[in-house]
Amino acid sequence: MGSIYADAKYQDVPVEEKERLFQEVKADMRWHTTLYGCYECGICVAACPSARFYDFSPRVFAQVMAREDVHTFYELLNDSMWDCSQCFSCTRCPRQNSPGGIITIMREVAVKNGMQSAKTALQAYSRIIYKVMSTGTQVAPDMLQPDFFPDWGPDVVKVSENLETWRRAIPPETLHTTELAWDVSEQTQLELYLIWKLSGNLDMIETLDEGIFMILTEVMEELLEEHGYDLDEVEVLV
Amino acid sequence: MSSKLNVINPGPTKAKDRFFDRKGEVPTEYFKDQLFDLEAKGEIIVHRIEEGNYVEVDTKYGRKKKIPIQNTWHHKSCGQCGHIPGYSTSIFWLHRQLGYNYYDPKDQTSCTAWNYYASSASNSAAQAAIAIRNFAQAYQDGYFPLIHCGTSYGHYKETRNEILHHQGLRDQVRRILDKLGKPLVFPEEIVHYSEWVHAMRDQIKARQKLDLSNVVVTVHPACHYHKLVVEDAIYDRDLYDGQRTATVSGIVKALGADLQDYSTWHDCCGFGFRHILVSRDFSRSFATLRKIERMKEEANPDVVITHDTGCVTTLDKSQFAAKAHNRNVGIPVLSDSQFAALAMGAHPYKVCQLHWHGVDNRPLMEKMGIDHEKAWAEFEEQVERIKSGEIEFLSWEDAE
Repeated sequence: MGSIYADAKYQDVPVEEKERLFQEVKADMRWHTTLYGCYECGICVAACPSARFYDFSPRVFAQVMAREDVHTFYELLNDSMWDCSQCFSCTRCPRQNSPGGIITIMREVAVKNGMQSAKTALQAYSRIIYKVMSTGTQVAPDMLQPDFFPDWGPDVVKVSENLETWRRAIPPETLHTTELAWDVSEQTQLELYLIWKLSGNLDMIETLDEGIFMILTEVMEELLEEHGYDLDEVEVLV
Repeated sequence: MSSKLNVINPGPTKAKDRFFDRKGEVPTEYFKDQLFDLEAKGEIIVHRIEEGNYVEVDTKYGRKKKIPIQNTWHHKSCGQCGHIPGYSTSIFWLHRQLGYNYYDPKDQTSCTAWNYYASSASNSAAQAAIAIRNFAQAYQDGYFPLIHCGTSYGHYKETRNEILHHQGLRDQVRRILDKLGKPLVFPEEIVHYSEWVHAMRDQIKARQKLDLSNVVVTVHPACHYHKLVVEDAIYDRDLYDGQRTATVSGIVKALGADLQDYSTWHDCCGFGFRHILVSRDFSRSFATLRKIERMKEEANPDVVITHDTGCVTTLDKSQFAAKAHNRNVGIPVLSDSQFAALAMGAHPYKVCQLHWHGVDNRPLMEKMGIDHEKAWAEFEEQVERIKSGEIEFLSWEDAE
């Protein structure tokens, strides 16, 4: 089927490639619980925060996927998909669709295939991927730096200036940390590293950002070796 | 004159007299049927809440949900612990004050779902293995998981659906957990800490020290609490006629504060996962234009109370830049745990750690009857003791 837009972008990309990626989305086990058709009522758009500030519409995702319009699908995969807030307000859909769920799968396919759109969208974000994968916590107190959050006001300056002392002035002992959100035991970190490798998640990072992959594997190898594991020998099970 | 004209039309019933008791089939399947079925087949272990250690509450479609009272394994939130530490500290403080046993584990990782919703740089097997590693650890530690983060709560419920419906995923996760030497365990309920606060609201009220009757409150229900796998969020027909989740509003009402409504209550906060870290122009615009300014115009609250990491962060931190543009902002944002702790007399800085928040919360404290100048001097005194080496850390005894 042709695109609903006569001037669809990415005309130079072979339809077979677009079809391959489309089928990869549809092959995800969650696909069958994300889309049941579309009434075109627009309730999802009314509820969507991203639709208010971006050229973005959850309804378009539902319609394009339902119509199997691989050309527009490819355009969404490369452009507006990354504007979604993943809040799932669109699950207000009276047809029980989850446009946000469709986008989760599409994003995963873009990352797995090392698409440039994913690399560009996640360029500034990749250090967060390093943080969560290396420590087991997504954000940490030492990220509260004025140059990272200049728009959060002078309180960030105060926190960063007093970080060491203020962290020790919190009663729960697990929170006396600055590089991690809480104190994660070494054994737990080891188990997390094994999950990244065994699940194939580490391979996804290599495809997405080789620089982050190299730093991450260095950190992982050190701990794994201490516990008698060779990262290269740990088999991917998924 | 026709006798018909003498009949007095009773008119529509008042909202308080209208109840919507569900008579028909519940529209969603009941996960527990499948959970216990898989347990009977020997595929998984179901971690049960011990008898006598729970409160039953109503959920969206009228099913009952068990909320554990104590012996809970606190699945902490990276955003709360990292950037709003008074949030989690208040949850622990409430447990200590009510005399309930809990465990604050170091053998916990975050759910990593903030990253997943931001980047999708993970997959279902990794996400499920991380969830079940945490659940297995709680089971082995002998405590029932209590989830602090709204996104972890929503994501774990999605993971539960995937695990229950996909044999292939269960097999993958089992092979991964075998390598870690951990069993495939799923708790019988996924419980958010705010559900515990809701279930404990009468006990919290019984220990209330501050009069909050003149404090105007608006509530922001977290998206990943009530929009992801909707059927086991708490609903109560005494709150909003059962048409909106009762969690958070329940504790605000119980404490006697002046709960006010506003038109954009269903809207997201604008967090966006990736956006709050690297595209904050969007988060800031949505948080201030669609949430804070609407609340200001329609309710003019003294405080916004919410129950998730991202919501407190986005609604609070977004206001600084908006204020610089002379927007109609300036409402402090607290979690329900902090609000309840303050009401029970918790120290605003040693326990609730309000100095980590962005919006000036001193006018709110004055309205609540808290001497913030004295409290800050007390906190500074403890900080000096740490700096001088007299004490290494602020202990619970120092804070209480």
